[in-house]
Amino acid sequence: MTGITPLADKDRIFTNVYGYQDWGLKGAMKRGDWDNTKALMARGQDAIIEEIKASGLRGRGGAGFPTGMKWSFMPKESKDGRPSFLLINADESEPGSCKDREILRHDPHKLIEGALIAGYAMRARAAYIYIRGEFIREAENLFAAVAQAYDKGLLGKNAAGSGYDFDVFVHRGAGAYICGEETAQIESLEGKKGQPRLKPPFPAGAGLYGCPTTVNNVESIAVVPTILRRGAAWFSSFGRENNKGTKLFQISGHVNKPCVVEETMGLSFRELIDIHAGGIRGGWNNLLAVIPGGSSVPLVPAAQIMDAPMDFDGLRELGSGLGTAAVIVMDKSTDIVRAISRISYFYKHESCGQCTPCREGTGWMWRVMERLRTGDADLSEIDVLQEVTKQVEGHTICALGDAAAWPIQGLIRHFRPEIERRINEKRGHAPIMQAAE
Amino acid sequence: MADAPQIPDEAETRARWGAFAWTKENAAKAKEIIGRYPAGRQQSAVMPLLDLAQRQVGVETNTQGWLPVPVIEFVAAELGMPYMRAYEVATFYTMYNLAPVGRFHVQVCGTTPCMLRGSDDVLDACYKHGLKKGATTADGLFTLTEVECLGVCANAPMVQINDDNYEDLTFDSMAAILDTLAKGGTPKPGPQIDRQTSAPEGGPTTLKAMIKENHDYRGEWA
Repeated sequence: MTGITPLADKDRIFTNVYGYQDWGLKGAMKRGDWDNTKALMARGQDAIIEEIKASGLRGRGGAGFPTGMKWSFMPKESKDGRPSFLLINADESEPGSCKDREILRHDPHKLIEGALIAGYAMRARAAYIYIRGEFIREAENLFAAVAQAYDKGLLGKNAAGSGYDFDVFVHRGAGAYICGEETAQIESLEGKKGQPRLKPPFPAGAGLYGCPTTVNNVESIAVVPTILRRGAAWFSSFGRENNKGTKLFQISGHVNKPCVVEETMGLSFRELIDIHAGGIRGGWNNLLAVIPGGSSVPLVPAAQIMDAPMDFDGLRELGSGLGTAAVIVMDKSTDIVRAISRISYFYKHESCGQCTPCREGTGWMWRVMERLRTGDADLSEIDVLQEVTKQVEGHTICALGDAAAWPIQGLIRHFRPEIERRINEKRGHAPIMQAAE
Repeated sequence: MADAPQIPDEAETRARWGAFAWTKENAAKAKEIIGRYPAGRQQSAVMPLLDLAQRQVGVETNTQGWLPVPVIEFVAAELGMPYMRAYEVATFYTMYNLAPVGRFHVQVCGTTPCMLRGSDDVLDACYKHGLKKGATTADGLFTLTEVECLGVCANAPMVQINDDNYEDLTFDSMAAILDTLAKGGTPKPGPQIDRQTSAPEGGPTTLKAMIKENHDYRGEWA
């Protein structure tokens, strides 16, 4: 146990997460959204950034970079007339992740109000919300919510009576995981193929249309108004040092009741599953492994994760990561090699094709993974595969290459005997000793 | 790529789509879309306009639409961008159909979270109904595609058919959805089991006050 107590309802930010009530402006205002936004903004741009820094909020899109610090990289004034932009990443496509969807369709005004406040704090002229193309109904709600905000003067000229002019535009993607990468997203929004850019220049210097741009995840922006209303001390009272706040967890796979739920950071895996997801299918002894942060992070075997704290540092200590807090649970009925091989296929499908190690490597790794799945391989190929993952990792412009390599490395690290068993079984005899090199 | 669809650009396609132009409603819509982006940056509108064009083709053919080459050329011309730049976009993103599809585009998610919850059964239900991956049924009703993660993992397994998601599927519920569609009916989108969106089955473990009323928790803030 981590000594962290589960979150109380009064401390949940996304109170309409399940969509029982009106997602529109009227319903949202009754829940406290857009309540005197003007006063929050009147605290001043630097004070808002300081408050977010003090809250300990780390980016909710996977990388966990401190949000307030990210905003402080934006220019305080435009020396050459270029405007600044806030780009909100709603291209939720990481396998296992399904939290931004709930915000977009059930609590869109939290996001829009957050966009205004965050955009103001970083001195942006406008925000673009890049929503993945497949979120069709979600985008309908988001478009409608933005229109409601304009209607009531909450966006546009003198937004929410603050004296600040701010626009919010919604841009729909069209099916490409890579557009969740910030510079690919910028390319895509400019009307091109979504292929990541080399950094530097970083988006805060030259991003969308060559202008200073900050890219933030939906959840990072949507929690901002509540943090300002309740104070940094409130938000940072949850979770462990360096891992503060509340978080939407998405529990999928072999649990009795998969769900999305907002919880405190640092709650133990066991409590998270027992309290909200009805336990592991077949009981705790039936747990095989967990991918705790979306498909990009390495899996963690049952014994290691059961009582681990679910936060950035807790999972990093296990050689994995919190990622987007997309918890994929696998029980002992899982064909673990197939589960990871299917992730390899995903990365093969989603590689943008720009960098050779990723374009060629993802396909190659998937094909070897498929042979390991059926056991139709040689024992020595396990090491060759491991070696190739190391050649892909860190040798590409963006992190998709790393994300394709890590799940395979995690599999080999923790389930090598299972892979070997299949190969030996396929050969129809007992384990063979490998010849010395 | 070897498995990329061959893009039809024969005389027949040109004859059918060479004169493509916006309908009156879509012309207004296109104008509104272009207005979302700064002046001189109208290329940003290429994705929404390709989507709009595909939907218009869909309406004209009573299918989910696709992007014949002359239609891509039309969109490129509308935005004053080279055809090749628009073509790159159309071929890069999976939601643009480069060949005709049926009236119902059945997109079954097969990525690991859905796989763990039984997407094999969902695909089996499709096969049993005569659907084949990457093909359209002879009656022109169904096109089956296995897609990558659609971001509905807590309601896995799922399928997106046209603009709607059907979630928490089994072999039987998927078969029933296809039957209903084939008979001209409208299946209920969302979870196919007794469940409110992504709340745990049987009722939420949190925020129970929200079930009955739009509860304002601010009074309980310390």
